[in-house]
Amino acid sequence: MLDTVSVAAEDPRADQPWADLGLKSDEYARIREILGRRPTSSELAMYSVMWSEHCSYKSSKVHLKQFGEIPQETPAGAMLAGIGENAGVLDIGQGYAVTFKVESHNHPSYVEPYQGAATGVGGIVRDILAMGARPVAVMDPLRFGPLDADDTHRVLPGIVAGVGGYGNMLGLPNIGGEAVFDETYLGNPLVNALCVGVLRHEDLHLAKASGAGNRVVLYGARTGGDGIGGVSVLASETFDAAPDGTSGAGGPAKRPSVQVGDPFMEKLLIECTLELFAAGVVAGIQDLGGAGLSCATSELASAGDGGMHVELDRVPLRDSTLAPEEILMSESQERMMAVVEPGDVEAFLAVCEKWDVEAVVIGEVTDTGRLEIDWHGERVVDVPPRSVAHDGPTYRRPSTRPADQDALQADVAEKLTRPQTGDELRETLLRMVASPNLCDKSWITDQYDRYVRGNTVLAQPSDSGMVRVDESTNLGVAVSTDCNGRFARLDPYTGAQLALAESYRNVATGGARPLAVSDCLNFGSPEDPGVMWQLAEACRGLKDACLELGIPVTGGNVSLYNQTGETAILPTPVVAVLGVIDDVTRRTPSAWAGEGERIFLLGESREELSGSEWAHVVHDHLGGLPPEVDLAAERALAEVLVEGVGLLTSAHDVSDGGLAQTLVEAALRHDVGASVALPGDPFTDLFGESAARAVVTVAEGDADALVELAHRHGVPLTPLGRTGGSGLSVEDQLTVPLTELREAWSATLPAVLG
Amino acid sequence: MKVGVVTFPGSLDDADAQRAVRLGGHEAVALWHGDHDLRGVDAVVLPGGFSYGDYLRCGAISRFAPVMTEVVEAASKGMPVLGICNGFQILCESHLLPGALIRNHHRRFACVDQRLRIENARTAWTGGFTEGQEVTIVLKNGEGGYVADEPTLDRLEGEGLVVARYLGEDPNGSLRAIAGITNERGNVVGLMPHPEHAVEDLTGPGTDGLAFFTGLAVAAFA
Repeated sequence: MLDTVSVAAEDPRADQPWADLGLKSDEYARIREILGRRPTSSELAMYSVMWSEHCSYKSSKVHLKQFGEIPQETPAGAMLAGIGENAGVLDIGQGYAVTFKVESHNHPSYVEPYQGAATGVGGIVRDILAMGARPVAVMDPLRFGPLDADDTHRVLPGIVAGVGGYGNMLGLPNIGGEAVFDETYLGNPLVNALCVGVLRHEDLHLAKASGAGNRVVLYGARTGGDGIGGVSVLASETFDAAPDGTSGAGGPAKRPSVQVGDPFMEKLLIECTLELFAAGVVAGIQDLGGAGLSCATSELASAGDGGMHVELDRVPLRDSTLAPEEILMSESQERMMAVVEPGDVEAFLAVCEKWDVEAVVIGEVTDTGRLEIDWHGERVVDVPPRSVAHDGPTYRRPSTRPADQDALQADVAEKLTRPQTGDELRETLLRMVASPNLCDKSWITDQYDRYVRGNTVLAQPSDSGMVRVDESTNLGVAVSTDCNGRFARLDPYTGAQLALAESYRNVATGGARPLAVSDCLNFGSPEDPGVMWQLAEACRGLKDACLELGIPVTGGNVSLYNQTGETAILPTPVVAVLGVIDDVTRRTPSAWAGEGERIFLLGESREELSGSEWAHVVHDHLGGLPPEVDLAAERALAEVLVEGVGLLTSAHDVSDGGLAQTLVEAALRHDVGASVALPGDPFTDLFGESAARAVVTVAEGDADALVELAHRHGVPLTPLGRTGGSGLSVEDQLTVPLTELREAWSATLPAVLG
Repeated sequence: MKVGVVTFPGSLDDADAQRAVRLGGHEAVALWHGDHDLRGVDAVVLPGGFSYGDYLRCGAISRFAPVMTEVVEAASKGMPVLGICNGFQILCESHLLPGALIRNHHRRFACVDQRLRIENARTAWTGGFTEGQEVTIVLKNGEGGYVADEPTLDRLEGEGLVVARYLGEDPNGSLRAIAGITNERGNVVGLMPHPEHAVEDLTGPGTDGLAFFTGLAVAAFA
């Protein structure tokens, strides 16, 4: 029998499967209190998905709140839309705005790597589209278990093919990202997906349903049974029995149901939606992602000024047997919901028809202040929309610095055995460049289209991805995503700041001015006080660093429960920074292109080896304190890099793998070698990972100008040598032909992955 | 000249092809798959992408698009038609060119800066090159392996209908390293690589692709 509002009122004591839906008993009690009766099964479905960790951020909200304390202003001006919208929108001048956001799709990508990764791309692209922007580029920071682990050979090719398969078919260039290997990600790969969109100021659209009588249109793919409960099940519990006993302890294992993507439909949806915006027939818009219709209806209604009435039986279905609860929870991909003025409905539907996109009016905006949903004329949902979308529980979960943190920090890498001779350094160099985290990633990135749309100015393996926004003025934007989870494990506060600093620096090396941050906070179980401490410290670190760098957090995403059994992943606060450059034709490339140029190191090198790639690769060691963060130095370095546009012939950040890796990458790109002399201890100079550094080159005659520029900003500068030749030579230490370096660097992934 | 660029549902490189047409000195005209209308253009480009999702066989649905009736008819009268990547697949499905394109032999999508040799500089689209010229343009596809039966391959070789050939390591398993072919008349050219992505130094691996557009010759093939 259909569980309607009147049935619920007449039968208040009916047993309801709230625990199986992931709700705690006090949460269920709270729902009854809000409604003054028991929820109908449809209402229960909506609350359970919307109050899940994934949708409600109930464990992280108290920590994310502090990002709101950062002034919502970028170095280029006020934000046009900030945290709380689908994605933040910032002004980049000339009447243009950009929006960008990074999100996770971790658990689904472990279960079904191809579709999990594919739909991760699809979801973030719809978020960007919903702001009124044309998506123009994507990026994917990825984390995998050890390269030699069997499961990595299942997970990695699927994820990479999924990212490529979906993004390539949307015609969006993939311009960067990361691929990092660590044993803690075995069983918990991370698939984070970023999208950048561009719009004119006047095209900004917000997710709200206002104006009683306006129609609610659902358009895009039909609704099927895919991903039902995906949000609460996949994102809120581990795959084993639930630790709190709600469904675990011998109960049936929850079967995650991963959504299946149709990128062709999404491509049509993009073009169709942009044409709808251009036609001026969209009063409000929201994408359908996690929690599907439950999320879209409740969020649109609660952001508006009234209520919403929906006739759920009008929703076009792929599977006619679906019950109303399932339709509300379905996470079928490639769907959007729009609020349309009655007089515009005909024009709206005509545009959809042109693009072969199915569109149906399923309801209208009301002035009741309630979200009312009917199924064949009977009311199955009658709730205050805000109670579903925004009034979910928040928890201040116990947070304790782990007992082993002191011992971990005391076990420093600086005491490990180091190479002593030039020959040993040479051997170390070759081993390092061939290691999974430092080796050539083109096995992965060649599966992504980086050229489509014809505006890609920089792409992997450059420090940042850069796209042209306007072909006549050459205005452009640059984005980078970074995180060193080992640093975050050693000290999550500093580690998060280092992630931000690296991303900030990477944007600046191309010549773009960093403007804003989006973050994807990937952590283990919030029910572990040690993990909560990591999350809290990372958030605090990010907030403090953003305040000091003068850039806001514009949005992002939190992914918790990333752990296998008791083992949590390395805390992985992936930070994306977006910057603007007035003239992309003047961007600074990452690699050396000419012979006989002067090479300089900007920034200060210290003996900082703890958490380094060297300690990881050579000693399988993780301990000590991460490199020192000096945000004033990062800011000064960025000033030099941005002001140095036109003067610098290349600029490449120094981070994972230290100066040695920077030199190798700069040399191998165009087969231009170099001879350098190191100022200090050759080993720490080559493999230490001090932050706030970059290697730059200038033409011979421009050296004085660079020295003056660096001095003016108080950035230490060390001459290293000159570009040229067919090898990399470090004076008195080693010489390696580029062919030998290339062989070592490029063989690793193909040897394992085919 | 007026050069039409067809947009099918799922076309991706249509805007890029229009840009290349303009940089080549022509007027770009957007053509819509559902129209029986070539809008008076002098030549047509079928751009890259995944028309109709390519969930069936690449290009197999697009060949039935209304605009293709017009393209096939115009091609038979000598109008220059360039099919790039998915466009090449559509030309094969439409039987304007022989053979077919199948999944890359390594079974992965591949996006690389590809060395090519121009083998035939007498087509409507390759007059800007010299025979034997080596160029670098973007290759990006999942189903770019050119196949045909042996007699067809022999005929293509014998009649000089191979337009471009891959150099270096085999990128996709194409028989006889064929990257592009033309019809007997030389007005219809199918290319798996993407010249429209190599028209600006800023955004491509050089400008070697530009000559496909600057060198467009119409009169000689009518």
